[in-house]
Amino acid sequence: MSLALLQETVSYVPFAAIGAGLAAIGAGIGIGKIGGAAMEAMARQPEMQGKLQSSAIVLLAFVEAVALFAVVVSLIAK
Amino acid sequence: MQINTFKTLLLSIFLSLSFIGNATEIKESEQSGEEFNVTDMIMHHVKDAHEFHIMDWKGHAISIPLPIILWTEKGLVTFMSSEFHHDDSGKVVVERKGQKFVKIHEEIYYASEAPHVSGTMSPEEPVHHEADKPLDFSITKLVFSMFLSMALLILIFGFSARAYNKDGVPKGIAKFTEPLVVFIRDEVAIPNIGEKHYKRFLPFLLTVFFFIWLNNIMGLIPFFPFSANLSGNIAFTGLLALITFIITTLVANKDYWKHIFWMPGVPVPMKIFLAPIELMGIFIKPISLMIRLFANITAGHIIALSLISLIFIAKSVWVSPGSIFFSVFISIIEVLVVAIQAYIFTMLSALYIGSAMEEHEH
Repeated sequence: MSLALLQETVSYVPFAAIGAGLAAIGAGIGIGKIGGAAMEAMARQPEMQGKLQSSAIVLLAFVEAVALFAVVVSLIAK
Repeated sequence: MQINTFKTLLLSIFLSLSFIGNATEIKESEQSGEEFNVTDMIMHHVKDAHEFHIMDWKGHAISIPLPIILWTEKGLVTFMSSEFHHDDSGKVVVERKGQKFVKIHEEIYYASEAPHVSGTMSPEEPVHHEADKPLDFSITKLVFSMFLSMALLILIFGFSARAYNKDGVPKGIAKFTEPLVVFIRDEVAIPNIGEKHYKRFLPFLLTVFFFIWLNNIMGLIPFFPFSANLSGNIAFTGLLALITFIITTLVANKDYWKHIFWMPGVPVPMKIFLAPIELMGIFIKPISLMIRLFANITAGHIIALSLISLIFIAKSVWVSPGSIFFSVFISIIEVLVVAIQAYIFTMLSALYIGSAMEEHEH
């Protein structure tokens, strides 16, 4: 009978999956706010549409990055 | 504008065939009766490997062996990875210079003579010690892909640099690269670093931008020799972030350090409170650069692979139209995301360098 195996290890993988889902909610809220503000600004000033669109896409990448930090942490959980 | 039917058809066929590289490998494990393990397949595609695996043909893996270069206790040992005969679980032992090596999960260990003390392995199989690895300098899949992208960059920009006739009008590939270079100079370098000093850092920013972009694109192309996930490797992005950090620290002027450790313009308790936070901020900024690029690229690959795996998890061919549609959609978004991530890395590097060199008027 092998000696070592009586410790119960808790698997944190389900919690990691929930954490990743929460990160997705956060990303969704952030992107929605950026998109809403960009839409409103484009409606007010249609001649600035190009600049607003590129700025919106760049800001979107920042929000995604924060959500992906959380995804990386949930990938590390075993 | 009339739709060119032939070109549209050709593009659709190309897009729907572009996932063949992933598909063939999965069929092999189905036939051998194992359950299709999504996580293993995805991790295998995303991680580094000592051989360049192209596909599986009739149960036999076809791959291109790459050189293994080890710095062991007895000196330099080199051999081709074909000596391991596609073995990844420590069963095949390669012997060089009186030392034995095994490969387990793409890491090379010294093989020991006796089995483990806990005795779960049979005595015939040489087992490994967890800690005993030689220094591994092999040309792995990602190193090979990095050399390839370096060669491509040198080619593309070598041709671009020579393609100017005497009026300053470019011809050939420079017609594609010049707007990009001018964009980085005018929108990223000059606004962030300033007119006086931007020329010192422009080569670095251009290199970072095109190197990251080209590596990301190469990760998206599914066939040999392009299919390595280099910018999704945290060591690669970590090194780029480290270089940015070193440059920022070296060019920083006195105002920058003053703002971190002794923020002017606030009362003394606030200064003491802010100093550790700003100190952490010095390190967190490059770390966030590293994780942002790594996570975006790796997550994109994992999503694309998971959507294809839907077909194999559902074990039904009728899922494939939806799955392929989503995969193509995600791949198109990935093409945009890789360019944006390269641009953001470059812009944030320029921002950090510029803010370190800024002259403040107080």
